[in-house]
Amino acid sequence: MYLELLKLSSPEGILTLTVLCVLALGLASRGSRLPAFVAIIGIAASAVAIMLLPKTASLFNGMLVVNRLNSLVKLVCLVLSAFAIFLAQEERQNASVTSQLGEYVAMILLATLGLLLLVGSEELLMIFIGLELTGLSLYILTAFNSTDLRSPEAGLKYFLFGSTASAFTLFGLSLIYGMCGSTSLAGMVEGLSGAFQPLLAVGIVMTLVGFGFKIAAAPFHLWAPDVYEAAPVSTAALIASASKVASFVVVAKLLLLGFGPIIGSAGWHAAAGGWSPVVAAIAALSILLGNFVALVQTNVRRLLAYSAVGHAGYSLLGIVAGTPEGFSATLFYATVYAITILGAFAVVGWVRRETGGDNISHFSALSRRFPLLSVYMTIFMLSLAGLPPLVGFFGKFYLFSAALDAGQNNGLLWLVGVALFGSFISLYYYLVIIKAMFVDEPRALPAAEVAASATSAGVKLDHSGERWVIGFLAAAVLILGILPDTLLARIANALT
Amino acid sequence: MIAWTIYITFAAAILVIAAPARFARWTALSATAADLLISLIAFFRPAADPAHYTTLVRVPWIPTLGMNYQLAVDGVSLTMVLVTSLTAVSAVLFSWEVQERRNEFFFWLLLVVAGSFGVFLSADLFLFFVFYELVIVPKYFLIAIWGSTNKEYGAMKLTLYSFFGGALVFLGIIAAYVAAGSLDFNELARFGFDPHLQMWAFPVLFLGFAILAGAWPFHTWAPTGHVAAPTAGSMLLAGIVMKLGAYGGLRVAMNLFPEGFHVWSKWIAVVAVIGIVYAAAVALRQRDLKFVIGYSSVSHMGFVLLGLAAANVLGVSGAVLQMFSHGVIGALLFALVGMIYHRTHTRDLDSLAGMNLRRMLPFTTFAFVLAAAASMGIPGFSGFAAEVTILIGAWKTFPVAVWITGAGMVLVAAFTLRILRRAFFSDQIATSPEAAVAYSPITFAEKAGATLLLVTTLAAGLYPKLLLDRIMPAIETMRFIQPNG
Repeated sequence: MYLELLKLSSPEGILTLTVLCVLALGLASRGSRLPAFVAIIGIAASAVAIMLLPKTASLFNGMLVVNRLNSLVKLVCLVLSAFAIFLAQEERQNASVTSQLGEYVAMILLATLGLLLLVGSEELLMIFIGLELTGLSLYILTAFNSTDLRSPEAGLKYFLFGSTASAFTLFGLSLIYGMCGSTSLAGMVEGLSGAFQPLLAVGIVMTLVGFGFKIAAAPFHLWAPDVYEAAPVSTAALIASASKVASFVVVAKLLLLGFGPIIGSAGWHAAAGGWSPVVAAIAALSILLGNFVALVQTNVRRLLAYSAVGHAGYSLLGIVAGTPEGFSATLFYATVYAITILGAFAVVGWVRRETGGDNISHFSALSRRFPLLSVYMTIFMLSLAGLPPLVGFFGKFYLFSAALDAGQNNGLLWLVGVALFGSFISLYYYLVIIKAMFVDEPRALPAAEVAASATSAGVKLDHSGERWVIGFLAAAVLILGILPDTLLARIANALT
Repeated sequence: MIAWTIYITFAAAILVIAAPARFARWTALSATAADLLISLIAFFRPAADPAHYTTLVRVPWIPTLGMNYQLAVDGVSLTMVLVTSLTAVSAVLFSWEVQERRNEFFFWLLLVVAGSFGVFLSADLFLFFVFYELVIVPKYFLIAIWGSTNKEYGAMKLTLYSFFGGALVFLGIIAAYVAAGSLDFNELARFGFDPHLQMWAFPVLFLGFAILAGAWPFHTWAPTGHVAAPTAGSMLLAGIVMKLGAYGGLRVAMNLFPEGFHVWSKWIAVVAVIGIVYAAAVALRQRDLKFVIGYSSVSHMGFVLLGLAAANVLGVSGAVLQMFSHGVIGALLFALVGMIYHRTHTRDLDSLAGMNLRRMLPFTTFAFVLAAAASMGIPGFSGFAAEVTILIGAWKTFPVAVWITGAGMVLVAAFTLRILRRAFFSDQIATSPEAAVAYSPITFAEKAGATLLLVTTLAAGLYPKLLLDRIMPAIETMRFIQPNG
């Protein structure tokens, strides 16, 4: 039994060992890039271990479940974290990250470990433990930049919001346990077969608060702008990518597997009690609020944070649909969104290093200094806006058609309409960034910044590695857009 | 073979951006010339069967969701491809002197052209929409970087309008896909959609397309966009992009949801007639030469909508003929305005009046008079053939609309004559000597481009049967045609 556990949890085990190694290395060699290198090797080993796992297995009543879906999502999370670590070791302007790279990378790995636990479990307690492990690591990562006062502030804010949300989730889970008498998702389905009760509704809504917080859906998104703006770039990228994907998968599993019988209906004329009207309301609110507030942002990271709220709303559409198609669409969209936003944050990190800031004005005339980088950023922005031939377009097509397909008489038409309206609005603020890069004149640099950029220019650093990584992500966005079947077939295969 | 227009243009676009800037214009010219040659061969090939929607390519693309890379062609597509390549060649010729960021300019220009070929040839709804949306962003760059008056505003307005229309089209397409479970035009055109669905999906889809076609009251992007755009940008907008909307309305909205179309067709006619008259009236009051042409575009596109709304073979064929005709004439007019602006640096009618253009720029004046005559609908030019066909078609369905349109045509003649007199044949002869500076001579490229378009509109006007022989059989097989009408 324990041998079996050791074998099935080998990816997590490898990752834990890597954390210890990285911490030790970080203490031994301050300021070197070695910890990041070791961490990426550890992640690669963990990924290999995932591929060697059996097709299906389940331990301890669903505490550790191995199936194709979980393995796929785990792989996605590992790849995204590896990119975040890569970004971390390129964050040269951030002294606290550079000097304490070992600790920093170890925290990223711990967050990733939490994600693996979160994804690999179909049991409420383990899900909660995974959620907390990820959350606590991310709070620390957010506050990591001790040279900028806003970073600890954002960390504290994130922590306070996060712990409150966790308390709600835990309370909700305990209510659900009381109603169903089981903490495993499979057991819950049996316990729920009766009628829909008010207490259960309270439990579900409370659980959703915690997950809504994780995916930054309105009205639980208030932490996102501050965290995205003030956290180290690599942390913001991790929060926006890997943590998002894992949370979406867990929400979907929880709602579709655990609460499957009480889905209700969010159809316009056919609304019925259940969780889907609640999720539909959260989705609609996120789409409208996120996109409208993003319109007035001047800081690119805050803009991306509000647009992330909108994208969380789109992704929820597939879950509201409640069909396997919808689940697959949500997973696809969350994954490609993660790839895109990772690339966007990488570019923001680059611009921040070169110009000393990340307001839209810092992107002015970027195309003259870094033509290729501007092209990559344009690809990311247009993909987020949902323009072909980039993958964001296909993701939206798949998601919206899955949502419209669900239920009788196109009941979710209203929600699809809201989502399309939101994506129409979003084009404006993405275009503003593109306009800054290609059309605007270079801004006049204040003297202090000229000096700052002069010193950074003095230290000739080789960033060609970063350039290649961003190029790779942009190529992925383009190629997945032209040939979405490469990813789609895998997801569809994992879900059957 | 006609599918090669898409590949050649895309390949040229990539080549242009990758190669040094000095090769850009020759690459663009040879690619568009090759497109023109291919579309001419395809158009005149005797073996072609214009009535049959012939599939050219069908390759599985995203098998999980049933999407195919599928191209097909019939008489209507052939006509649209021909006008696209004609406009593209002359747009490249009229951009010969673009200096700033030259390879980027031709890259975006070729992308618009390639995407448009894709729209006119694709026979899969998803593929169609990919190409359709692909055209949006290049337009933004073309206008925002190389434009003139108020360019950033005009570019953003145009892009947002296009994208809003795109969102409506998106909704309609998803609705059709979800209901029929297929994306193949041929299958969709046979599928019996639920009448309730058609009732809401048709207006959503058609409105989305009509925004791009410049239908009143969503036309306001067109004049500001045209004014802000560089010459080639305006030519592409008038010659190709507005046609994408009209073509989408015909090929997708009307073919998929015929019952919805028959319910809503009278409203389309109302919007069309208002557009014709209103835009012509507004054009009468403009002082900027390009605004006048911009509004005249809206007015002429109103004819296209009226023809479509007529829902009979003559009306719809006339609409397609008008798309061809206005594509050529609109592009020509914008090209000539660009020619003048390039030399005088003004488009203000009062300033132009004093410049004695008919002596200074005789070729431009000559070409402008012919283009204006074509635009007014003088017999012998393509505009006359198209508008008469539309009006005969519409007479059977909406006689009142034809009466009002007749009044609109008088307004079109009025504003065209007004700009002719003000800009070219004004009595105020310039007294100031500096106005008499010699303008740089009309280049060979400009002459060639203008001549190409002039010859086309004359040929299509003198022998419209050439086009109608290909358009009408294709229209006859479409399912929204009422057998009695």
